[in-house]
Amino acid sequence: MEFPRQEYWSGLSFPSPGDLADPGIDPEFPVLQADPSSTEPPRKPFQRSAGKRRGRGHKRAGGLDKMSPFRLHNPSKMAAPRASLRLVAPVWNRGTSGIRGLSKAVDPEGSQKKGRTLLQFLTDHFYDVEAVREYLLRKQVLKVQKKNRSFTYIKERYGPYVAGAYFVLKQGGAVKFRDREWMRANEQGLSSLEFRKLQEVPVEAVDASGCAINYQGLDNLLALKELQSLSLRRCPHVDDWCLGRLYQLADSLQELSLAGCPRISERGLACLHHLQNLRRLDISDLPAVSNPGLTQILVEEMLPHCEVLGADWAQGLKVGPEEQSRDAASSPIPAWPSAPPHQARSLPGCAERPTAHPSGSVGLTQLGGSGWGEGRRA
Amino acid sequence: MLRRALRLRLGPCLSGRGLGTYRRGSTLDWDGKVSEIKKKIQSIFPGGAWNPLYDTSHLPPERSDVVIVGGGVLGLSVAYWLKRLEKQQGAIRVLVVERDHTYARASTVLSVGGIRQQFSLPQNVQLSLFSAEFLRNINEYLAVVDDPPLDLQFNPSGYLLLASEEGAAIMERNVKMQRQEGAKVCLMSPEQLQKKFPWINTEGVALASYGLENEGWFDPWCLLQGLRRKLQSMGVLFCQGEVTRFISSSSHMETASGEQLTLKRIHEVHVKMDHSQEFQPVECAIVVNAAGAWSGQIAELAGVGNGPPGTMQGTKLPVEPRKRYVYLWHCPQGPGLEAPLVADSSGAYFRREGLGNNYLGSCSPTEEEEPDPGNLEVDYDFFQEKVWPRLAQRVPAFETLKVRSAWAGYYDYNTFDQNGVVGPHPLVVNMYFATGFSGHGLQQAPAVGRAVAEMVLEGHFQTINLSPFLFSRFYFGEKAQEHCIL
Repeated sequence: MEFPRQEYWSGLSFPSPGDLADPGIDPEFPVLQADPSSTEPPRKPFQRSAGKRRGRGHKRAGGLDKMSPFRLHNPSKMAAPRASLRLVAPVWNRGTSGIRGLSKAVDPEGSQKKGRTLLQFLTDHFYDVEAVREYLLRKQVLKVQKKNRSFTYIKERYGPYVAGAYFVLKQGGAVKFRDREWMRANEQGLSSLEFRKLQEVPVEAVDASGCAINYQGLDNLLALKELQSLSLRRCPHVDDWCLGRLYQLADSLQELSLAGCPRISERGLACLHHLQNLRRLDISDLPAVSNPGLTQILVEEMLPHCEVLGADWAQGLKVGPEEQSRDAASSPIPAWPSAPPHQARSLPGCAERPTAHPSGSVGLTQLGGSGWGEGRRA
Repeated sequence: MLRRALRLRLGPCLSGRGLGTYRRGSTLDWDGKVSEIKKKIQSIFPGGAWNPLYDTSHLPPERSDVVIVGGGVLGLSVAYWLKRLEKQQGAIRVLVVERDHTYARASTVLSVGGIRQQFSLPQNVQLSLFSAEFLRNINEYLAVVDDPPLDLQFNPSGYLLLASEEGAAIMERNVKMQRQEGAKVCLMSPEQLQKKFPWINTEGVALASYGLENEGWFDPWCLLQGLRRKLQSMGVLFCQGEVTRFISSSSHMETASGEQLTLKRIHEVHVKMDHSQEFQPVECAIVVNAAGAWSGQIAELAGVGNGPPGTMQGTKLPVEPRKRYVYLWHCPQGPGLEAPLVADSSGAYFRREGLGNNYLGSCSPTEEEEPDPGNLEVDYDFFQEKVWPRLAQRVPAFETLKVRSAWAGYYDYNTFDQNGVVGPHPLVVNMYFATGFSGHGLQQAPAVGRAVAEMVLEGHFQTINLSPFLFSRFYFGEKAQEHCIL
């Protein structure tokens, strides 16, 4: 047990230390070595000054990947990467392909692409194509940053409420001022909306679904100190760091929706415990959360006064919901393959919760002390 | 096969014994001829370290502008910023020499992975804030075309530091300073603490400081791999080998007060390959010592500290390896998802690990209890006697726990003042240090890397002024003491 951390560093996108090859590998394994007559591979056409090793080293390792008997079928298992890593480990500075092969080997999306596309091939062999692609990537990032800049002039002139509303409307969201209707930017643009007059009126609700809000842009929203309802559904750039900032709205926020955000995981949800006034929280459909049912239970424990909508705890079960309520009388606690055994304790908070809930799986609440009897449907 | 035969016959230094047929009665200098031919061929095909007779692909290049000794997070961070801040793309050739490519004993991967801004020195707070910003935008800094984005598995849960009566005034002062620097830290009274975290026993706690933003813990292995990947794409060379020797030249100077000084300049670094006597001399302009727990040995090789004690010549680098344990246990009724990394006034700390009620934690031993750093064996008695009682006193739920596993790692412990050493050595003029962070190196690595790169490229610190962390403080006795060490 040289590397005990392997047991619980689960879900790593890169293999842990023990998975790498030991140095005893004979570096003279012929397939791995590039042609010794040219340690420096031939220069790419139109290249700039030195630095990268590409060309032959890359091609060879790429070919190795395809014909390797350890080609992954299930990249999430650790055993397979160990095998393919043994073959590529000594080739550290044989070009970036070793690392690229590594990342593809453990990345589930990458392994689904069968063979590299033409664009990737060109990027590997031509510095200029790579530079153009890097520039385009950089431009995308800058575009998002530009959308999230802070509108200091508007903030100074019209106040934080108008600045926040302007920010949300410009991104394509909707805003509701107190005692007014929902506002959304329309074809005439923002000037037709009369919200500039509403300097003293606080913003009550913000619907920023699908907007490109990121950590910087959240500044504008956090200035809305009387915000009661915030919806960040399907925001592609809202991640765990952003959730760590929401404590500033703890006094007023009552409703929060994070459904469908691809970057939020259970680690970010842990910092929602500051929001003690929260009454409704929607955490359904979060792809980055590793264990939705368990996460929902822990979040419910953390926020005892809040109604948490989200992962149906029965997600992991194989039987359908109607059959469950039929089986409830006969069978004991249904088998949940991923549930750790100690979870079957009675959760003190759940005992006081009202039993009126929308779903039809009422039969499961009669299952004794198990707190996860309250199946909720999103 | 032919290659192997040639290697056996010729060896790395081209001793020429195998071609003895030419030796009889002839004054032909075969060694000289071969090296001359090699130089001529290299002048025709410039740029590569190429040998026509045997394979040198595992050796480092023959010359490199900067050699970074140590491939942990600090070394890679220095390499990243050097390549990022260079004036022209490809202007600087950087070589990272790492002894063990499995990182089996490296402090980076064995670390608990926390990041906090709750320090007692303003420079540390600034370093940590910058690093938090780096980690937050890591997919912009370390983006590589066609590679998946990095997921650092960051838990933004914050740090909770508890202070007893004696430490309360110092904590208040520290928090005031941290807030001035821009860290989001708040102070809590025992009543507020009890209300927020009911599982804490607030007996003996006078004050608590809680980090609200930019604090938490993450996966250091992921950061390391992300840096490695990005460096590969930027053209940094990696080599697996051990630095065994520095070849340097000295010049003797006299100070204004008549004291004799010897200024040294390193010209070559000898990198020895694994499991063999083969070594490669790498000509270099600058050497960066980022060897972590073994930086003291590297500094000695370079001649730091060879001199009468009490002089600048004789001031050694006071960085030594110190073993620290980390234990993983399971406690079914333990603190919930909201638990931050709690650091008690007695020195014990713990944090959650994952969703399954597992916790990681430990305690720093006192000077008398320091374990022997010769190996990385774990002492479970230390947990029984020192860690568990303190944890159970603070969190009563931890009275019933079960240790699942443990490991040990090294701190690159600075025995002088427990803060990092950054910047050049005053006498060995081209050796730069980036080491000695005593347990908070990982969280400050991106910022320190930038500081060292600025020092190398510009000659002075630009973003964060780390002049209290220069080497010369060991000679002048100016301690930049860090009190909040975990």
